[in-house]
Amino acid sequence: MTDNVIEVRGLLKLYGTTRAVDAIDLDIRRGEIFGLLGPNGAGKTTTILMLLGLTETSGGTVDVLGFDPVRQPLQVKRRVGYLPDAVGFYDHLTARENLRYTARLLAIPRRDAEKRISDAMESVQLADVLDKRVSTFSRGMRQRLGIAEIVMKKAEVAILDEPTSGLDPHATFELLQMIRGLKKAGVAVLISSHLLDRVQSVCDRVALFNRGKIALMGTVVELANKVLGAGHPILVEAHGIDVAGALRGVEGVQSVVAEGEGGWRVVADRDVRAAVAQRIVSSGGSLTRLDDLQPSLEEVYTRYFEEERHAA
Amino acid sequence: MPRSAAREGSPFTGLGPVFLKEFADHLSSARMMVLMLFVIAFGAFPVASSLQQLRTVTESDAYLFLRIFTTAPDRVPISFVFALNFIIPVMAIGLGFDAVNSEFNRRTLSRVLSQPIYRDALLLGKFLGGLATLAVVLTALWLIVFGAGLLLLGIPPRGVEVARGACFLVAAIAYGGVWLAASLLFSVIFRSTATSALCALGLWLFFFLLWPMIAEAVTIAFAPAQIRSAEEFLAVEQVGLVLSRFSPGALFSEAVIGLLNPETRTFGSMLPAQMRGVIPGAPLPLDQSLILIWPQMTGLIAGMIVVFAAAYVIFQREEVRA
Repeated sequence: MTDNVIEVRGLLKLYGTTRAVDAIDLDIRRGEIFGLLGPNGAGKTTTILMLLGLTETSGGTVDVLGFDPVRQPLQVKRRVGYLPDAVGFYDHLTARENLRYTARLLAIPRRDAEKRISDAMESVQLADVLDKRVSTFSRGMRQRLGIAEIVMKKAEVAILDEPTSGLDPHATFELLQMIRGLKKAGVAVLISSHLLDRVQSVCDRVALFNRGKIALMGTVVELANKVLGAGHPILVEAHGIDVAGALRGVEGVQSVVAEGEGGWRVVADRDVRAAVAQRIVSSGGSLTRLDDLQPSLEEVYTRYFEEERHAA
Repeated sequence: MPRSAAREGSPFTGLGPVFLKEFADHLSSARMMVLMLFVIAFGAFPVASSLQQLRTVTESDAYLFLRIFTTAPDRVPISFVFALNFIIPVMAIGLGFDAVNSEFNRRTLSRVLSQPIYRDALLLGKFLGGLATLAVVLTALWLIVFGAGLLLLGIPPRGVEVARGACFLVAAIAYGGVWLAASLLFSVIFRSTATSALCALGLWLFFFLLWPMIAEAVTIAFAPAQIRSAEEFLAVEQVGLVLSRFSPGALFSEAVIGLLNPETRTFGSMLPAQMRGVIPGAPLPLDQSLILIWPQMTGLIAGMIVVFAAAYVIFQREEVRA
């Protein structure tokens, strides 16, 4: 028994002659939050549908919790929760009735189901609207109801397709909290998104999709090292001295580049903030800002696709 | 796409919940109220008029109860059965035209299909839910007509009349099933509910208004210029009958005539040789009537299955993504 809940090898999906998904390999570990990133049409949703057995594969193998979605879709769908892009519920039914229908499809015994429904709604803070019709729900509430469905299902894997698109910042924040909650409950979460900064804050690992292939995969820091180059960037703002000249002598500094008014981007092979501050102050300069530049996924993403375009 | 490995698990997993939900949705929907009003408006009038006329009948009639269904009163020249001939398709289309595409448009389809069910169960559950609703409405209607007959005619129906009436109900449900399957097919093909409703209604109008004329025109076109013998006449007539029977409405009408007019022996003409020994106007026993309409009944049920199968095949190949 490996620790992977999803194992994908050489997965292929052809639409005519177009390779929507082009021989990808993917492993998702138990209890991690994994981000599938990439522009629209890069093959994220198609991959997800193949993981669930909702679309036929054209080649390769998929293993979800020890089951093959092509041959055993019922086993897979019993254990995997899915929140589709812009999820829909039956508007004329209440939240409780909607979840009850799902519970029946899952063949959860009735008494058990009522308890699980109210617990799930509690966990996404929708307990007060349990008996309201879904037609009165906002988009954020529908997404949370979708999470409640996954919680009620007691899924081992949750697959969320663009869960935060179209949500206001507050609703996004709350939804991400709930996604972290899923992880805490031991659920492996697979998120597909193009909203990078949001996803960055919750994902343990990410895969960058480009034209049906996985271009990059790893933690955000690993990706940054690969795309932006190794190194530890910091931002320095100082005046009164020749900053570039002073800092070139600091041990470990690889490059100093002017960035904006009185600002410098310093890249070093380690965290050199203490040494930099000391050097500037001892040279008689006044230090006004010293920032550790976390590699942002957005930067990685933009840079990667820029390079792609140049290469093409 | 070749798929050598068989999928596991019953295709009917989850059929029960889908069926129950569809059935409950139909019964509680506003659309159902509208359809009921429609049925009452179009059904009550012929029944009331024919009852009024039948009360004045003094000669004895062994099948008086069945006449409620088939009498076309003088003032309202449509019988209840004729009214049903277009009420049932409209009702069936009303129940089915948005069965699948509305799930798609509300974006519930992928969420429901991500639960442990196959598409088979979803489609079959929707069909059976609609058919059960149709059966409930038609049975209620049938009981109302029988009840009204009891009250206004003051005589109880005989056992054989009830049996013929029950067979008629089965035929009516099968006829509804054909149109339900057709509207389900359109709801799978078209993403827009309006287009699917329009196509289903268009198909119905085609069969209801245009097809009889087309069948006639084709028959005349192929008939010899001069019909010289009875055999020739029968052959031409047979062509016309076969053509007209492509319309489910024609099948239903013939089945109903055979069931509710026990005197019916054939739907075409009879040669003098065939008439030998026949007492004109004498009713057939029920089992003989059933044998007479058996092809029509199997035709209706087969049509329902074929159309449903087409919807099934297309739905299996459809992409679930929006």
